[in-house]
Amino acid sequence: MKELSFSTFLAVFEEMFGRELFWGLVAAALLVTLVFVVMVVRERRLESRRFLRAELTAPLGAVLAMAFVFWFTNSGPANIGGPIDWVILAAIAVAGGGGLVMASYVLMGLMRRRRRARAMPAADQRPGPGAARPLANFKKAA
Amino acid sequence: MSVLPAVPRRDALRLLAGGLALAAATQPASATAPVRSSARIVVLGAGAAGTAIANRLVRRLDGASITLVDKRREHLYQPGFSLVAAGLKPASYVVDGRTRDWLPAGVRLLEDEAAEIDPEARRVTTRSGTALDYDFLIVATGLELNWGAIEGFSLELVGENGIGALYAGPEYAERTARAVHAFAQKGGTAILTRPNTEMKCAGAPIKHTFLVEDIVTTAGKRDDAEIVYCSNSKVLFSVPIVSEKVRMLFGERGIGTRYEHVLKAIDPARRIAVFDTPEGKKELGYDYLHVVPPMRAPEVVRNSPLPWADKWKGQYWVEVDQQTLRHRRYPEIFAIGDVAGVPKGKTAASVKWQVPVVEDHLVAQIQGREGRELYNGYTSCPLITRVGRAMLIEFDYKDNLTPSFPGVIAPLEELWISWLMKEIALKPTYNAMLRGLA
Repeated sequence: MKELSFSTFLAVFEEMFGRELFWGLVAAALLVTLVFVVMVVRERRLESRRFLRAELTAPLGAVLAMAFVFWFTNSGPANIGGPIDWVILAAIAVAGGGGLVMASYVLMGLMRRRRRARAMPAADQRPGPGAARPLANFKKAA
Repeated sequence: MSVLPAVPRRDALRLLAGGLALAAATQPASATAPVRSSARIVVLGAGAAGTAIANRLVRRLDGASITLVDKRREHLYQPGFSLVAAGLKPASYVVDGRTRDWLPAGVRLLEDEAAEIDPEARRVTTRSGTALDYDFLIVATGLELNWGAIEGFSLELVGENGIGALYAGPEYAERTARAVHAFAQKGGTAILTRPNTEMKCAGAPIKHTFLVEDIVTTAGKRDDAEIVYCSNSKVLFSVPIVSEKVRMLFGERGIGTRYEHVLKAIDPARRIAVFDTPEGKKELGYDYLHVVPPMRAPEVVRNSPLPWADKWKGQYWVEVDQQTLRHRRYPEIFAIGDVAGVPKGKTAASVKWQVPVVEDHLVAQIQGREGRELYNGYTSCPLITRVGRAMLIEFDYKDNLTPSFPGVIAPLEELWISWLMKEIALKPTYNAMLRGLA
């Protein structure tokens, strides 16, 4: 293939999904990643119990991703031929599994924050810029 | 216990936004600045080659007048015809929008047909009488399917009479699928042919053969069906290593082969196909017949001084240098795509490699320098071997395999990923090529 550059990949993916849908999907993926990173940074750790629960969704994400690709194309598991096919299938499964884990983690985190916000006194909900200690203290107390 | 510092939400977001902005800022700027020129460039044909070159030249040249001549209002995605003819995609899949929609602002589209090329006067005259003087002419007319050369055949027969003809266009590819599926229900003898001329996508008749076999097998009628591929020569494919692989796969799948069988006539009432062979005329009965007619340059090229005089007699491909695609006698003329008189390269993949070469040499001439890009005969054929698998075969003038992903995607292996490329990635890549982006 000639000119196998990053811009070629972008052009091909824009054509594949349509410009709006492609950049919408990219924005959605970036948004989930962004929220995930912000959540980890703000909480100053990866909540192990929440992450463990999120990880339980990985097999579902992996299976759904593989099923989607087979459904979307005129192909099935019987068409897997050489080693590269297994690698691609594994990559699809990892992407599906990993994506759902991250999305689940973020979703559970947001739901927990909402529940916590309801339970907290109004003054503690908006600590203001640079005022991270009240939240840290709250965490310790919790 | 946390090892990360406490960062307020707003600061965390700023940090991330800054990172994204930095990443965007480090993206390379668009290529070279446009070249000032008042050149008059005429492109005959707005198919894959004509559209792609127009999109690229508009970006490279500032002030040039670019005129495309093509009467076809819809753009056809021809690499998809095989999928339509197997019933895997509808006819609408290969009607890829309007011709006009693929062209950038700054290109003039003349919805007309070129009737005469006068390379001495540097003038093209259209069917409606419009005269177009040019400084550069790019011949990208595509080719003509010579259906009339098959005696007894007419396109009305396609679809209902055990006759398929996937090259004929979207509607006929869909009708071909009907004939294939009707055959798969009844069984009998399928005869698949290819012409004794240069042809667009020489892999397509072989793909269709594999797909017919697969569809019949899936329908549970394989034991009731005989499938025979008739080659025009002593081999199945022009690249020896690929020909051998296809021979082995045909053997494994029980597909019969007839060599040096060239379809000359059909008798649809008796369902008889007549072939020219070294032993004389031979008749083969069929329940399904795939007709691929002889191919040649369009009339406007045939009637011009542009074709080769001593090569491909009766086919009239434009006499160009194999590496630069520049006409050997008229240096201001180039030919790309199906009509170019080069040994290989009547595929969209070839167009993708040919277009940057012509762009380079044309712009170089305007700048008064020598062009550097050379075309090595690259072409590519995702050779479908069954629904869900294909071999990603790429090769050049020398019959060398030229895999894009050496060590990763084996060219002679039936792979799912090669199928995915054909089914999902090829059309977007093709469309990006049309826009001059790939």
